[in-house]
Amino acid sequence: MILEARNIKAGYGEVEILHGISMGVDKAEIISIIGPNGAGKSTLMKTILGLLKPTHGKIIFDGDDITGLSPDKIVRRGICYVPQTDNVFPSLTVEENLEMGAFIRKDDFKPRMKEVYGIFPDLKEAKRFRVRKLSGGQRQMVAMARALMLDPQVLLLDEPSASLSPKLVKLIFEKIVEINQSGVGVLMVEQNARKALKLCHRGYVLAMGHKKFEDTGQALLNNEKVGKLYLGG
Amino acid sequence: MDTFIGILNYLVFFAITAGIYAVLCLGLNIQWGYTGLFNIGIAGFYAVGAYTSALLSGPPPGPLDWRTVGGFQLPWVVGLLGAIIASGIIAFFIGLLTLRLKEDYLAIATIGIAEVIRLILKNEGWLSNTVWGIKHIPSPLHQPIKAGVSSFLKGHPQLSPWLVHFISNAYNWFYLALVLVILGLLYWTSERSIRSPWGRVLRTIREDEAVAAVSGKNVFSFKLQSFVLGAMVMGMAGSLYAHYAKFIDASSFEPLYGTFFIWVMLIVGGSGNSKGAVLGAFVVWGIWAGTEFLTGPLALSGAQAGALRVIVVGVLLELTLLLRPQGILGEEKIVSRMLKK
Amino acid sequence: MTYRILNFANFSHGDIMSLGAFLALVSLALLRGLGIPDTPFGPLSFGLPMVLAFFIALLLTALAAIIIDRILYRRLRRTGPIILLIAAVGMAFCLRNIIQFIWGPQPQYYIKAIQIARKIPLLGIRIKPDEVFIIIVVALLVIGLHFFLQKTKMGKAMRAASDNMELARVSGIDTEKVIMWTWAIAAALAAAGGILVGIEDKFITPDMGWQMLLPIFAAVILGGIGNPYGAMAGGMIIGLSGEISTAFISTAYKPAVAFIIMVIVLIIKPRGLFGTR
Repeated sequence: MILEARNIKAGYGEVEILHGISMGVDKAEIISIIGPNGAGKSTLMKTILGLLKPTHGKIIFDGDDITGLSPDKIVRRGICYVPQTDNVFPSLTVEENLEMGAFIRKDDFKPRMKEVYGIFPDLKEAKRFRVRKLSGGQRQMVAMARALMLDPQVLLLDEPSASLSPKLVKLIFEKIVEINQSGVGVLMVEQNARKALKLCHRGYVLAMGHKKFEDTGQALLNNEKVGKLYLGG
Repeated sequence: MDTFIGILNYLVFFAITAGIYAVLCLGLNIQWGYTGLFNIGIAGFYAVGAYTSALLSGPPPGPLDWRTVGGFQLPWVVGLLGAIIASGIIAFFIGLLTLRLKEDYLAIATIGIAEVIRLILKNEGWLSNTVWGIKHIPSPLHQPIKAGVSSFLKGHPQLSPWLVHFISNAYNWFYLALVLVILGLLYWTSERSIRSPWGRVLRTIREDEAVAAVSGKNVFSFKLQSFVLGAMVMGMAGSLYAHYAKFIDASSFEPLYGTFFIWVMLIVGGSGNSKGAVLGAFVVWGIWAGTEFLTGPLALSGAQAGALRVIVVGVLLELTLLLRPQGILGEEKIVSRMLKK
Repeated sequence: MTYRILNFANFSHGDIMSLGAFLALVSLALLRGLGIPDTPFGPLSFGLPMVLAFFIALLLTALAAIIIDRILYRRLRRTGPIILLIAAVGMAFCLRNIIQFIWGPQPQYYIKAIQIARKIPLLGIRIKPDEVFIIIVVALLVIGLHFFLQKTKMGKAMRAASDNMELARVSGIDTEKVIMWTWAIAAALAAAGGILVGIEDKFITPDMGWQMLLPIFAAVILGGIGNPYGAMAGGMIIGLSGEISTAFISTAYKPAVAFIIMVIVLIIKPRGLFGTR
């Protein structure tokens, strides 16, 4: 497991949201975390990222204990993050957004940029456009491309399909697979449980701050209990 | 003994001024402490109150005055009421225009308005007599008390000097009592109102406007009420000041004394807290007065000494924000939570 | 820039401007004392020491702003914009009075000489050579700022932070460094403004920045917060309308004009002409 969360308890102020979650992502796996609202999915992501400090438990990345480190240190180690909303710089151009993604690179970022444009050829066309002029789907791509500029080993996605049309959801998920195939582990929190489980290798189902189910994506899809409670048709 | 009386007289003067400031602080507390309205234009309402009261109860314009209005020589109480109403009306219109703005925009808008008021008062001679100001503002019951005192002293010529000194200052004691009574009434009303359902709505608005809005309350209307009431209290303070100082002009209400100090007082004392408002007024004014004595021995020019004293107050504010943001008495509820976030 | 990136209204900006102007005064005296020749350049009213003083003052003011941020604003960043605003007001009073304490309340002069306005034949207007200099300097500063924001890495990072500070942090951008640069540039620009006003008016007072605060905010709000170009445009509009208004109403109300424009903007279109939020 390249990224592991061990028995994480975390919350906001006096309210504990996560009551001891353990999970992991292996190299080049796609992991989906699904569950109803309030289950703690976003909280878990924020904890991994360092935006929130857990009261209990550890986060291990590539053998190192990164619990409680600040986000910029975690980003430097190779975990990149795409938030659910406000995930681009609207007044900057597409290319500038990618440049900002590569801000802390000490080497020349241009080769990497070329690779990223390879995954998102539409963005190359639009590279001089200011992102605020782009559509929702394009913005989502910019958001992911920005996060990829640092060559992360694990990419954290917070509800990548939120507020996108079904056609775009399909597109985004295709891109996620493509990204994964280029060697990047993906940890994603998703509302669109069905689709998420279809394309992931393994999945976790969270509810009320507890891990309820853990299995391969396919198995979870077929699991009746999961289906009844969380997949909702 | 005489020096003791001297000190006592000074303390009376001090207490009156601090008391007037405390009234201003209570007004700000209604706006900011209870409802979270950020008003940097305090000096404006203060000035409006003072001028209205002066114009209503002051002497008519003399031959040398630019001023052409006012001077109805109405009783002091009318002046006070006029001040309250005038500030309220102006606050009403300002509030109508600006209360929909986001908090920091409101701040900028209120500064601008206070500035405009100040400019008007400075330049519109027909109203304010420009820099010559309004003189000879009558103080309530001044004549009767003065007459009473002097006849008493005449009737008792063999009193020791310090006693004479003490009794001569009787009017100021009276005024102090007046200020304290008004302060007390305002304090009591303030405390009662914040615990009322009306007050609870204000607190909710301060804490989270969205919550207040979805619970069906007309947020704007409540904000306006709070704003106007706070301004009325400030106007009242203006009237108290005018009748005590007996002379006002635009420079009595400049942003330093009229606005900045009040904010420092409220923050140092504890905002959202009526006791804190009053305490802050006395503490900060005490520090300000104290620095006057301290800069005496240092050989500084008047302007420099003044500047140094302001720096002391400014530093006090910054230190409070950094080290004890909830003020001395702390917040009864919400402000420090915002500061500790 | 400070408003958008640092997320509060910096009421001490005006007094930073005054600080810059006065620091220039000090540097000027120093340089003159050092014996640098003071012969004026061509038709301008000042010579080399002023130019050097200009740059020195900009540097010192930027440094001062960074220090102030470190000791004060940085610790308060987690609180809301209101607390920061109050802190800034406090700082404004402190700065202004420190200046008054050191230099006294009377106006101070850069140059004592009076300059006659020369006539430009083509445009038929009178203008002083100093004013031409000022226009050129302003143009250079504007172009310089534009270049910085568009072409340099830090400039882009500042624009990114201005859009979304949290995302910038998560992208790995050192937001404290961005903040430091923001203060430095904002302060340097303010200082430049103050010095240029000093050159134009011939004298500087401790109050000068605070007096200009309202028009400054009006300009920024008019232009739209977060957009430095909008702010520049706003500045021009406010400045011009202020001057034009003196044809109709007494000069005493000039600041009121700026304020009224600002209030109208706030009510009708709070985002300003070019605002992005």
